Amino acid sequence: MAKLSVRQLTKAYVERGRRLPVLNAVSFEAHAGEFVAVIGPSGCGKSTLFEIVCGLLAADAGTVEVDGEQVMGRPGWVAYMPQDDLLFPWRRLIDNVIVPLEIKGMRKEAARARALEWLPVFGLAGFEEAYPSQLSGGMRKRAALLRTFLTERDIVALDEPFGALDAHTRRKMHSWLADVHARLGRTILLITHDVEEALVLADRVIVLSRRPARVVFELAVDLPRPRDVLSPAFAAFKGALLERLADGKEGIASPVPDGVGPPWAVRLPATEGGGKR
Amino acid sequence: MAVWRAARERFPVVAFSIALLAAWEAAVRLLDVPKYLLPAPSGILNALIASMATLVAVHTPVTLAEAGVGLLMALAAGVVTGGAVHAFPLARRTVYPLLVVSQTVPVMVLAPLLVIWFGYGALPKLLLVAIACYFPIAVAVVDGLDSADAGMLKLLRSMGARPWQQFIMVKVPAALSSLFTGLRVAASYAVMAAVVAEWMGAEAGLGTFIVRSAHSFRTEHVFAGIVLVSLYSVGLFVVVDAVRRRALPWEIYLREDTWHRQDSQHRAPVEYPSQGGSWE
Ligand SMILES: Nc1ncnc2c1ncn2[C@@H]1O[C@H](COP(=O)(O)OP(=O)(O)OP(=O)(O)O)[C@@H](O)[C@H]1O
Ligand SMILES: [Mg+2]
Repeated sequence: MAKLSVRQLTKAYVERGRRLPVLNAVSFEAHAGEFVAVIGPSGCGKSTLFEIVCGLLAADAGTVEVDGEQVMGRPGWVAYMPQDDLLFPWRRLIDNVIVPLEIKGMRKEAARARALEWLPVFGLAGFEEAYPSQLSGGMRKRAALLRTFLTERDIVALDEPFGALDAHTRRKMHSWLADVHARLGRTILLITHDVEEALVLADRVIVLSRRPARVVFELAVDLPRPRDVLSPAFAAFKGALLERLADGKEGIASPVPDGVGPPWAVRLPATEGGGKR
Repeated sequence: MAVWRAARERFPVVAFSIALLAAWEAAVRLLDVPKYLLPAPSGILNALIASMATLVAVHTPVTLAEAGVGLLMALAAGVVTGGAVHAFPLARRTVYPLLVVSQTVPVMVLAPLLVIWFGYGALPKLLLVAIACYFPIAVAVVDGLDSADAGMLKLLRSMGARPWQQFIMVKVPAALSSLFTGLRVAASYAVMAAVVAEWMGAEAGLGTFIVRSAHSFRTEHVFAGIVLVSLYSVGLFVVVDAVRRRALPWEIYLREDTWHRQDSQHRAPVEYPSQGGSWE
């Protein structure tokens, strides 16, 4: 059974009598420990999809299930990292990252002690007393990420966690997130605009259409880890994905494992000898 | 170093003020202005020194107590009603519009009415101060609570936070900056309202001192009272700002960019490690 199962989500915003359809029967699944990237044009409804998955917003139709349980409109199942880091400017870094622990009722000292152990892993050691406004953009993102991981849910939804970072920092964050994923084994959903980011990190890439978003195709990334962006296999995947994004055609008919996703989902074979490091 | 810099920065305004006082002194002496019309600064200083004992021992405590207690009453009432307006839609539609409109009413005109109702004791003075200070505080509380970031509240909900946790963790801190801004405005009203209330009749207080001196044409003493009232008003303002800095320590870092340009000493408030941990 899938860890997270999203079926036929449809959503339209209604504002001053005007209806803006945003999601059009979006379905996908994520298995326990799987890393799923979601790619789609700007404004197509990715953040809306995540808000629904996190229980912050109810869809007009469709279901969201975690471990087979209906969770639509009920927050608390998925650890959510919003598109903006949303650190509280009045809390020092350490007190920002323990917010989810405090909400669960953990005492401040205990929560701080727990978070302190994680700071080095997130490259934040020594900055626990700094206010968010004293941190660089990359550090703020990492702090927001640590806060998300301290939310301690099996499923993690990251909305463009590395947008607005320079290429170098971004690359470091990628290898770091891949490492955290391998160590903690959480199910991760990641929104990104960056094809390379998706291919470096994800087991599967879900491509959404323009608004109203529907799943255009899915791509299983059968590349060994750690991913090598310079390998020919990686380049092949990237080329295929970019081509598919550019021509806008919906994928060739090719079944995906256990019937997940639409029938046109595409699955590229791993190229032999690729992805070594 | 910082002191020297501050002194240098303030030098123009201090020099200008001294020049103004000197011009005033010279004009009064040269033109032989009667001192009941306009006393010279030196005369005012003499009057201030001569009456200092009674001013400080008798009148100051009364006025400052009225201003301080009235301000605290306004703070309590403003926080409670502001919170209620934020929390209850009905209160927002009934009370809030009145709050906003009443800000434009000069509440000092209520002073005679308060005397009719409550006589010449301390109560009407406290009430006038409280009323004058209440509106800016209440409106600031509502605005502050309303301004809480919707995204932050959403984030807390995603973590399963209950409404009271969202209130404590995001709304209250978000409202504090706004509250202090309102409190600042209120502080500048407080001493003035106390003085005006005392004009209606009182045993003691700086307002009483000023009207009594005026009735007997001791204009130097009127000025001496004005000087003290101004000092106390500024003092209250400074106290509010000092409390704000203690209560909202993060605010100075929000303005770090501007601070940096002025004085690099204000930067680097934490000891940064040379390396970002195991990051590299
Ligand atoms: N609360 C809302 N009310 C009305 N319209 C909204 C609301 N939130 C988003 N929208 C609209 O819905 C559409 C999808 O928004 P959404 O934020 O989900 O897109 P996105 O794919 O995350 O975009 P981006 O890549 O820029 O982050 C946009 O056109 C946006 O203007
Ligand atoms: Mg978005």
